[in-house]
Amino acid sequence: MIWTTILMAFREIRRNTMRSILTALGVVIGVGAVIAMVHLGQSATEKVTGDVAKLGNNMLTVMPGAQRRGPGGGDPAPSFKLSDVDAIKKQIPQVSEVAPSSSTSALLVYGNKNHSAQVQGSTLGLFKIRDLTIETGRFFTEAENQGGAPVCVIGHTVQTELFGGLRSVGESIRVGKISCQVIGVIATKGQSTFGIDQDDFVVMPLLTFQRRISGSTAISAIYISAKTPNSTDRVKSQLLGLMRERRRIVPGQPDNFTVMDMKEFATSLSSITGALTALLGGIAAVSLLVGGIGIMNIMLVSVTERTREIGIRLAIGARAHEVLLQFLVEAVLLSTIGGVIGILLGLAGSWAGARALNMPFSLSPSILTIAFFFSASVGIAFGFFPARRAARLKPIDALRHE
Amino acid sequence: MTEALPPLIELIEVSKIYGMGDSEVRALDRASLRIDQGEFVSVMGPSGSGKSTSMNVIGCLDAPTSGSYLFRGVELAKLTADQLALFRRHYLGFVFQGFNLLARTSALENVELPLVYRRVPTAERRVRALRALREVGLSGREKHTPAELSGGQQQRVAIARAIVTDPSLLLADEPTGNLDSAMKLEIMSLLRILNQERGITILMVTHEPDLAEFGTRVVGFKDGRVVSDRATDPNAAIEAGLAS
Repeated sequence: MIWTTILMAFREIRRNTMRSILTALGVVIGVGAVIAMVHLGQSATEKVTGDVAKLGNNMLTVMPGAQRRGPGGGDPAPSFKLSDVDAIKKQIPQVSEVAPSSSTSALLVYGNKNHSAQVQGSTLGLFKIRDLTIETGRFFTEAENQGGAPVCVIGHTVQTELFGGLRSVGESIRVGKISCQVIGVIATKGQSTFGIDQDDFVVMPLLTFQRRISGSTAISAIYISAKTPNSTDRVKSQLLGLMRERRRIVPGQPDNFTVMDMKEFATSLSSITGALTALLGGIAAVSLLVGGIGIMNIMLVSVTERTREIGIRLAIGARAHEVLLQFLVEAVLLSTIGGVIGILLGLAGSWAGARALNMPFSLSPSILTIAFFFSASVGIAFGFFPARRAARLKPIDALRHE
Repeated sequence: MTEALPPLIELIEVSKIYGMGDSEVRALDRASLRIDQGEFVSVMGPSGSGKSTSMNVIGCLDAPTSGSYLFRGVELAKLTADQLALFRRHYLGFVFQGFNLLARTSALENVELPLVYRRVPTAERRVRALRALREVGLSGREKHTPAELSGGQQQRVAIARAIVTDPSLLLADEPTGNLDSAMKLEIMSLLRILNQERGITILMVTHEPDLAEFGTRVVGFKDGRVVSDRATDPNAAIEAGLAS
């Protein structure tokens, strides 16, 4: 009898193609939406985390000015000197690279094209600390660095804006008021998490920048890389002590500089991604609920419509549990088929979405399982219970149902 | 002399009451009725007289409020829903006014359905269903779905479905109610043949006096009770059929 019933359920599903498709569609949408939403959210989270890692985990930045600026501000904090850079190099053993940096925004001109970008004067160490790689050409040499040669390395965006597809290395561009020879193009780092273009800049030797662009020896930031990601905390505390001493801050006075730690930044970001994950959980729960209600509706309507069919079967001599078994098998089959299609569509959708938004895609088996079993159970429950109610009616009442 | 065989159907003082208190409706009011094997009983009466309710009670589609319902001397009033389903499965066949065929399902599969619940093997099911369809004159239409058949043809499918199990009792509730007069005669002649040639006991509800004459006996209902009971004149049926 079980086999006959299952066969009968199959035949009913095939026979009522439209109703079956609509019923399964409820589950497809329920499962698919949840899976797509959660996977896309996960991709976004991974993208954020990955971008933070790209910034470099063992990088520290020292900048003048206190972290918190009150209203009105007071005296601007003094900038750094080259001697500060030397002191850091000599006195903090855990430091592997130190690069002073000064920057300003300037207009770049080549031929009839111009483009405004951040111009940075720094030393070779910057490339190591920021983990920049050359795409074409070269970085500047130590000699060029020491001698303040009019050479520069450009970011990928600058290459595109000024030269398009043409070769830039060897050409001269105008940077603010000076002329400067392009010697290298830096490989793209891609758009960062916050929509800041990391490729829109020009780097030249610090001396060149100070002499010919800013006209001052001030250093606006010092980039430091610790030897290992684990030593950043120690480097940071040593930096704080050293800089307080060099800037002659008496005990009790607040710092007039800030040490930024990428690891700290990463930690605070991970709390953001944690919140994002919680939000995703919420979205998943709501999607499941909405999907579940959709499935519930279509199942209720479909089974209620079939009350007369149940009446006919009862009149012909089917026992309530025989009719129920058939409806149960139908609900299980439709929910399972719908669930599998939903999983496939959800995955395909989120994969395509992740690709389109240039985000990594990773599979979450737990959400697949949860979405599938939740939707399938809702489908089965709401296929089963109304059928049970109908099968328990007196046959005459079921038959009279319109 | 041995004791006489109990009648096929015996209703004793059966009442069916809908609603409660002031709005109480007595669809059947201590009605008693006896039907013997081989009869073709037409039940007549105005609407609300209890004729359909009596049929639903006899068909075990509805439970009586009180009274006794004996089938071949066995009390059915106390059976569970499942036992009643098995009773219907093995002893009854139904023909309804609204046909009540499964939609989008071929005539053959509709007729096979009662055999499925009787666990008749597939091959035998097919043979018997085809035979029943032939009997009602629907050979060649086995693959048609109800939507592809005329009303008369649908009702014939329903009759085939009812007789495919060789029931002890065929219950027909206004079987021609939705049909035009030519089709009515067709269906009535078919029922008559089933009664006379196959010996199937038939209980039919109708409100058309002409059609009642096709049977062997006419029972009149009024206000939930049997008010008349007479045999038909066998010749009158033929004349009624020709006159219609």
